[in-house]
Amino acid sequence: MSMSGVRLLPKLIGASLRAQTQYPTSAIARTIGQFFGNGIEILAVWALFDRFGAVRGWEFGEVAVFYGFVHVMFAIADALSRGFDVLGTDLLRTGEFDRLLLRPRTLTLQLIGHEFRISRAGRLAQGLAVLFIGAQLVGLEWTAATIALALWAIAGGVALFFALLVLQGTLSFWTIQSLEVANVLTYGGVQAAQFPLSLYNDWLRGVLTFVIPLACVAYFPVVSILGHPDPLGSPAWFAPVAPVAGFVVLGLAFVAWRFGVRHYTSTGS
Amino acid sequence: MPQIIIEHLTKTYRISERDPGFAGTLRGLFRRRYRRVEALRGVSFSLERGELLGLIGPNGAGKSTTIKILSGILRPDSGLVTVDGLVPFEDRRKHVARIGVVFGQRTQLWWDLPVSDGFALLRDIYGVPEQRYRRTLEELVTLLRLEPLLDQPVRQLSLGQRMRAEIVAALLHEPAVLFLDEPTIGLDAPSKLAVREFVLRLNRERGVTVILTTHDMQDIEALAERVIVIGHGRVLADGTFDLLREAVRETHLEVPSIEAVIARFYALHGAAET
Amino acid sequence: MSAPAATHAYIALFVSRFQLMLQYRGAVLAGFATQCWWGAIKVMILAAFYGAPAAAASAPITLSQAITYSWVGQGLLTLLPWMADPDIATAVRTGAVSYDRLRPLDFYALWFARAAGWIAARVVPRALLMAAFACLLLPLLGLAAWAWQPPSAVMAALLFAVSVVLALLLSTAMVMLLNIGVAALLDAAGLNALAAPLVIIFSGSLLPLSLLPDWMQVALLLQPFAGLLDIPLRLYFGQLSGPLAFAGLGLQAFWITVLVLTGRYWLARVLRRLEMQGG
Repeated sequence: MSMSGVRLLPKLIGASLRAQTQYPTSAIARTIGQFFGNGIEILAVWALFDRFGAVRGWEFGEVAVFYGFVHVMFAIADALSRGFDVLGTDLLRTGEFDRLLLRPRTLTLQLIGHEFRISRAGRLAQGLAVLFIGAQLVGLEWTAATIALALWAIAGGVALFFALLVLQGTLSFWTIQSLEVANVLTYGGVQAAQFPLSLYNDWLRGVLTFVIPLACVAYFPVVSILGHPDPLGSPAWFAPVAPVAGFVVLGLAFVAWRFGVRHYTSTGS
Repeated sequence: MPQIIIEHLTKTYRISERDPGFAGTLRGLFRRRYRRVEALRGVSFSLERGELLGLIGPNGAGKSTTIKILSGILRPDSGLVTVDGLVPFEDRRKHVARIGVVFGQRTQLWWDLPVSDGFALLRDIYGVPEQRYRRTLEELVTLLRLEPLLDQPVRQLSLGQRMRAEIVAALLHEPAVLFLDEPTIGLDAPSKLAVREFVLRLNRERGVTVILTTHDMQDIEALAERVIVIGHGRVLADGTFDLLREAVRETHLEVPSIEAVIARFYALHGAAET
Repeated sequence: MSAPAATHAYIALFVSRFQLMLQYRGAVLAGFATQCWWGAIKVMILAAFYGAPAAAASAPITLSQAITYSWVGQGLLTLLPWMADPDIATAVRTGAVSYDRLRPLDFYALWFARAAGWIAARVVPRALLMAAFACLLLPLLGLAAWAWQPPSAVMAALLFAVSVVLALLLSTAMVMLLNIGVAALLDAAGLNALAAPLVIIFSGSLLPLSLLPDWMQVALLLQPFAGLLDIPLRLYFGQLSGPLAFAGLGLQAFWITVLVLTGRYWLARVLRRLEMQGG
């Protein structure tokens, strides 16, 4: 009788895509922009390798693999989380959020289906391209084990970035300034995770492992996939377990989210 | 057993305040000051199934707070609220599946998509079975004369057309209760008449309970058998419009206009616009 | 107006402007935090690469210079021509028709001044904040090796200052082209999206141009975007001194002239076309 959430989501996403195709030049331009805009840093990395050779035991192809993975993760999470991203600026301000509360569906489902941006495919394509080029350069062999670990790591990464955006949405119940702060975490996180963790200083490594566990989804699993001995000395069993951290953060994010929604419905707009 | 029961509803808002000027900005960083606004100080009433209620009152008097609580998007501080046995903000999803809400001047439809696409999405969101959906849609579209507009994107419709589409959207899932928040605001005269006529038929022929908030007194005159005036966070009057008129008449010879009745009523009870 | 009254008025004006800036403090501070983070990562990556002593010795700039370059680049980030000003595009579409067809040149000058002011107003606070952080705070924290170092000489500092002003004019000329492009094509998103990567790479914002491959160096120096960041910084480090310094400034001036003339010509054509269409 009633359509379950899982079957509703593709319809919402489809509607969102149809609305965007009403402005085809804009959509194409934005997608191309996302492809090149997010991909140019790898050119800088290539130039640096061209001039300096290897860096602390890493070669260009390996760094490209790290780079590609994190962009794939973020592109997917970004596409799913637009609703949370614009919660403060669009939905709360116009009262559209109230309309979401008036529908017999979970807020999360509706927010995921809200404006599923086509342009994020640009970043996804760029990430995949860089990833595969890097893999070719280092002669990476895709076995069942490495593919499984790769998918698991991507899932953990998507969970982590999605969690950060849920937290940003939660903060916007209290302040519109949340957007700026969260950008440091999300875009800053992507920037940092593009490079292998061993290049950074102690304090940054600590932050990226224990505070925002990007290392758990974007470094340790990828080191294992590359078959490169970990300069940070993590044990072999850790790599397949680490992506769990992304889901832990996701769980915490949703606890905060429920608290935020409760606050909103108690205080009004 | 009444369909909608409200007892002793209270709600107070805390609005943070800041002194003007530079010094105020600095102080605001260290110490927060709050102003308390008592929007509802004990509102009680009940509605039977199929009633058509007009809710009027000055802005900021508690009208929209009552509607928000009834629809389930706001929690009261204390008091009892049930709609068909459900507590709106506790059983949110079950409750909102049985109500329809129309906000004047705002549309819930998808701006860039054709009207019919938006209707289909709502069918999926509310989980309306296909057969029932087709039947309901056909009836509503015919009654509100929307056939020529179904393929147009919502952004291309005039305000009057959008409001008619909005009403269809709110009724696709055949709700038991319909909330109309300023539905005729900004509409031209023919559109206003169309909306009023439709709501009246909906209530008389289908028995849909309707709660209407409005500042347009002709809406009240055309539709509301029962009127509740909310001012100062309390129910100031609850009865038919004629009773209301009687209460403010100054001599037995005069027949005050609607606006005059309301104005005098507010003045009598000190419920000025804030 | 008497002197005390005039002073009072100026102070009031300054205070109200300052208060206005305070309102945007959230955005500015958050943007600043982001930039500090990005700067820190960039600097760490550069240090990692320079860690290989053989290659580092033959690099065209030292690590310390590369680090300073990164911080200055972050500070001057808003100087770069990121996007078209949406208001101007709208004004061209609507205002052109009601305007007398005698005056397309005034349009350009008016909007040029406005765009330049807008860019300058946004750069100054952010540049100052970044300087406070990277130039003053980092050494105080004992991180002088990671800090923004002062210019190589007083002359270098002066040349840098002049060059930054020229960079501002150059950026404004480019923003004007974006504005006109948006007005002509009626689509902002596409143009902005495509412009940004070009700007980032060729201005030196992504990586100092001299660190890019050797065979590109001449072409990189001659292209217009170099004047946005790379040329000013070469003057800062004294890498262009004497006659070469004036060659650098001359390159900036050359591109400003070319882009301004192109912009004026194009704008006149766009306006004429809009007028003929009746708006």
